Amino acid sequence: MEAITTVELIMLTVVSAATPLLLAATGELVAEKSGVLNLGVEGMMLIGAVCAFVGALTSGSWMLGIIAGAVGGVLMSMLFGLLTLIFLANQVASGLALTLFGIGLSSLIGIPFIGLPIEKLPTLSLPFLSDIPLLGPLLFSQDVLIYLSVIMAFAVHWFLNHTKPGLVLRAVGESHDAAHSIGYAVVKIRFLAVMFGGAMAGLGGAFLSLSYTPMWVEHMTAGRGWIALAIVVFATWKPGRVIIGAYLFGSVTILQLHLQGIGVQIPAQILSMLPYLVTILVLVLISRHSTRVKLNAPACIGQIFHPNT
Amino acid sequence: MPIRLVARQTHSRLMTWLTPIIALVLSLIAGCVVFSLLGYPPLKSLYTFFLAPISDLYGVSELFIKAAPLAMIAVGLSMGFRANVWNIGAEGQLTIGAIVGSALPVYFPESDNALMLPAMLVLGVLGGMAWASIPAFLKTKMNTNEILTSLLLVYVAVLVLSTLVHGPWRDPGGYNFPESVVFQDAAVIPGILSGTRLHGGTIIALLVVLSVWLLFSRTVAGFQVRVAGLAPNAARYTGIHFNRVIWYVLLGAGGLAGLAGIIEVAGPIGQLQPIISPGYGFSAIIVAFLGRLHPIGILFASLVLALSYLGGEFVQIKMGLPLGIAGVFQGMLLFFLLASDLLINYRVEWRTSRKFDRARTD
Repeated sequence: MEAITTVELIMLTVVSAATPLLLAATGELVAEKSGVLNLGVEGMMLIGAVCAFVGALTSGSWMLGIIAGAVGGVLMSMLFGLLTLIFLANQVASGLALTLFGIGLSSLIGIPFIGLPIEKLPTLSLPFLSDIPLLGPLLFSQDVLIYLSVIMAFAVHWFLNHTKPGLVLRAVGESHDAAHSIGYAVVKIRFLAVMFGGAMAGLGGAFLSLSYTPMWVEHMTAGRGWIALAIVVFATWKPGRVIIGAYLFGSVTILQLHLQGIGVQIPAQILSMLPYLVTILVLVLISRHSTRVKLNAPACIGQIFHPNT
Repeated sequence: MPIRLVARQTHSRLMTWLTPIIALVLSLIAGCVVFSLLGYPPLKSLYTFFLAPISDLYGVSELFIKAAPLAMIAVGLSMGFRANVWNIGAEGQLTIGAIVGSALPVYFPESDNALMLPAMLVLGVLGGMAWASIPAFLKTKMNTNEILTSLLLVYVAVLVLSTLVHGPWRDPGGYNFPESVVFQDAAVIPGILSGTRLHGGTIIALLVVLSVWLLFSRTVAGFQVRVAGLAPNAARYTGIHFNRVIWYVLLGAGGLAGLAGIIEVAGPIGQLQPIISPGYGFSAIIVAFLGRLHPIGILFASLVLALSYLGGEFVQIKMGLPLGIAGVFQGMLLFFLLASDLLINYRVEWRTSRKFDRARTD
């Protein structure tokens, strides 16, 4: 097999930069489609990252690590579900609380694990396919979370658009009162959607601490949870476009790293601003067309549902 | 379920002020649990966290030093939250305010002009306003969600600060540390109580909070902001311009956060460093909610959150607990508050028998 070329290397790093965003944004999309805006993605990702790292390191199994990451994310999202769906709390404030809590708790859990090394997630090469030049290593020689991120985005697309439960979930997000009046369990459906979002955010965090930079660093998500939220808006709540969005932002992240690497005469900090600035720019470009956003945004997003009122 | 929620006719004023206390008590109990889980004696830890830090004059003065920026930022944010404008980027506005205000001592390190300090404070306010005007512009002209833009700008602001202290603003005589020059006396807010670090900025904060309260409750602009949040439709009919309200609250909050930022660097810190705030801009969100979006409530709430920072430092030094415990406590406090706020708008009823149910529906 020939040596990996620079182009391949860059494309591989784009894939790994995009994956945590894709996982988290796909999960958040489902929660938002059900009418719940969970701004706690950053917090859930951090808990996912630290749980996955601790799980993998103590058990010695990367599989258990991934599961621990997902479970951590789910537990956090259940806290959010309890607040907003059972205690009818404001979703924006609850999401912020979740992020602040997640930052603190993850640093608390992670203290004994800072700086410890861990083996990177193994790549699973598909036989024959991974030998295809250029595309082979890119598409068919990746780790399990990378495959999962793409599969889940397509699965969510199929679920939302081609299954009855998906239709019900969208109905709940469009009009919770109508869905309730024809007998759908609004709170239960939303709770499940929020938990799915938590699991995916947890997996996104797990990818960061097990594969992207295989170690635990405090606040290692560095705003990726917020970028994932922006990607959902960018994608106008369509799973296919979430893939495009995540890979676009992945490319920007890698671009700035490579610019730093080849010694461009710009301070590193200014290059590091790029992903955030591009996110804002893209949000602006999408949001300017207010009708496009309004047509696709779930109508009940962020609203509190209480059947007795 | 034996429990059900019945919507109240009007929201309960009693509960509005009772739930923060309920939340505080629940957080203390949960704090005990967290300390036990971490393997520390819970009551001793609670004492070290909440009482030991303020057991002497110096401790109390430190409490006020930390409460001042929290109260100022929270008052600004609370106006926005009342109008349903979610500026969560106060940390960035604080940072830019600190940078812009610091330009004077950085470029005129020899000046002992008496106007130096007032000019710095004004520049701090303007810097914070300028940074907040970005989400305001994007929200009003480009229809872009202010939550995401204001938050993302925090990361940008912190990187701007880092660029400056690692580069052009680094103190040439500072042994290559990423810090600006130490501000000259004319650029430092004087202390007001010997033996402590208490400084004039704390008094400025108190005055600012009280005057914002007056402005908010006595001016047309303040009225418009409140109406826009309470009754958006009524506001629309009466000709209140939502875009103007968005500008008011974002510029107001940005200016106050910027002021808090410059007071931090011209007060307790005395120079620009890569990190100038332990997250005051985010904790101020909790302060605003805990203080019921009301300036007087916010003054008390800022003391609670300031204590959580002090306590966090204390348990780290005295017992070796990680600093993250302060964030955990702050998060729990907000969780319990948001959950117990249910009692403001709903009454909890115990469903005792089926007969009772029928009687209600008849």
